[in-house]
Amino acid sequence: MSSITIEKSASKGINDLLRHLLSTGKVDAVLAMRMMPDTGAWDLALVTDVKNLKELKPLAPVMTVNASQVLSNLSLSGKKIAAVLKPCELRAFVERVKREQGSLENLFTISHTCGGVFPLDLVAEGKVDRLLPKYEKVVSAGEIPSNIRDTCKACEHFIPMNADIMVSAAGECKPGEGCMIYLNSDKAREALSECTGEHGSAVLDSTSLEKLATARAREREKLFSSIEKDCSGLDGLVNIFGKCVGCHGCSRVCPICYCTLCDFESINFDYNLPYFEEHLARKGALRLPPDTMLFHMGRLTHMSFSCVGCGMCSDVCPVGIPVAAVFSRTGESTASIFDYLPGRDVTEEIPVMIFKEEEFPELG
Amino acid sequence: MKDKKEKSSNSEFTPKVVGFLCNWCTYAAADLAGGSRLEIPSSFSVVRVMCSSRIDHNLLLTTFFKGADGILVAGCHPGDCHYGEGNYYARRRFAQLKKVMETLDLDPERLELVWVSAAEGNRYAEVVSDFTEKIRKLGPNPMNSSTRF
Ligand code: SF4
Ligand code: SF4
Ligand code: FES
Repeated sequence: MSSITIEKSASKGINDLLRHLLSTGKVDAVLAMRMMPDTGAWDLALVTDVKNLKELKPLAPVMTVNASQVLSNLSLSGKKIAAVLKPCELRAFVERVKREQGSLENLFTISHTCGGVFPLDLVAEGKVDRLLPKYEKVVSAGEIPSNIRDTCKACEHFIPMNADIMVSAAGECKPGEGCMIYLNSDKAREALSECTGEHGSAVLDSTSLEKLATARAREREKLFSSIEKDCSGLDGLVNIFGKCVGCHGCSRVCPICYCTLCDFESINFDYNLPYFEEHLARKGALRLPPDTMLFHMGRLTHMSFSCVGCGMCSDVCPVGIPVAAVFSRTGESTASIFDYLPGRDVTEEIPVMIFKEEEFPELG
Repeated sequence: MKDKKEKSSNSEFTPKVVGFLCNWCTYAAADLAGGSRLEIPSSFSVVRVMCSSRIDHNLLLTTFFKGADGILVAGCHPGDCHYGEGNYYARRRFAQLKKVMETLDLDPERLELVWVSAAEGNRYAEVVSDFTEKIRKLGPNPMNSSTRF
């Protein structure tokens, strides 16, 4: 695989690369995380002017929205965009492309080995800057920071699967040893042929990430078994989803839930007098707002096999429901019956759009 | 869910079972069974759909949440769907819902998929009776006794 080594830290190296792409006109815009130097506020920004690039912090462990959501329409604009995505954002985007919610054609997808992101409350409280040095130390030692999202701690897909450009930002990347950039596609090689740095050929040294992989796998098992224990069975589900206020925030921020008219927001779930009468005649009491649990069960069946475990849903839940852990656990299990891995390959069709004539002999 | 074992001894319990039957095959089989005066449990309610692929997850989930003790989904045998491939898609979707229920420990046995052709009136009667009996043994859907969702 072609590679470029830039004798700078990974975060400086990637900024050089973005500057090269934008200033040479290889791309019209850059999408990446940004921190405003005056206020310390974080957001995701689309930048077209080179002078605004310096505010970008593309590798920062912050995800204010799952970028794949906003990238959908942008990717169809006909403009060339370099998008810096966390591995799970890239996988989510691939899932969206499969659902005709975007295109990879005009994009340069740039991703990096990922140490996980901070929950949004730490970001909103302005703590990222202070937490960053420790985070970087822990991640470069191949360990899991204790203050990242639960599903990040349990994420096994922290090496990007099919980015045009991959930056080594966890594991093999040691401060001062230079920034390794891997070019996985012809368009990336073409666009970066004149980028400064030492051009060569190399593959990501994944052995340096084995320690992290093992730790993540252990965390995953721990998380899923605690979810199995506390959040399953009717009683368990009532206990956790009984807290739900029905804001649908979790589905709003979900990169997979793309339906503009969600069934749960349609007239099918517009409660009227006959609904209340029927329900009360049967049970004598009704929890309001109604059907919050049905909402979760429905969403779990509709989309969980495509869940990439980014953790946005848990982060926005106002009542602390571990939505992401429940969805990722259930999703892993539904995806497994179809041998499916969300975001692995854009040509792999989503399981409910295809079938085999001979399958599931135990059913029917 | 926990108390289903005790209730299963209750032979008085008449389960509410809902069948989603494809118009072209199983619904016709139901007609045939009726015409042949075969006995069908009176607590079995039929919803006629144009194809097993019409049945989406929310339809089935809502039926459970509204208190059905069991749900039978029935369509044409693989290869015989009136619309060609509907039942293959239906089977995938069904497998998915069943897996979700299994993973969440939500009585997946209360949900069953069968293929019954228009000619199989006898089999229809059997399938419905067997499934109803299975649900009777499982006991009432515990969702009925909670007012928290
Ligand atoms: S879920 Fe994985 S890829 Fe996504 S931010 Fe967390 S660690 Fe990174
Ligand atoms: S974000 Fe939380 S409260 Fe809002 S719908 Fe989702 S689970 Fe319920
Ligand atoms: S028409 Fe009967 S299953 Fe499709």
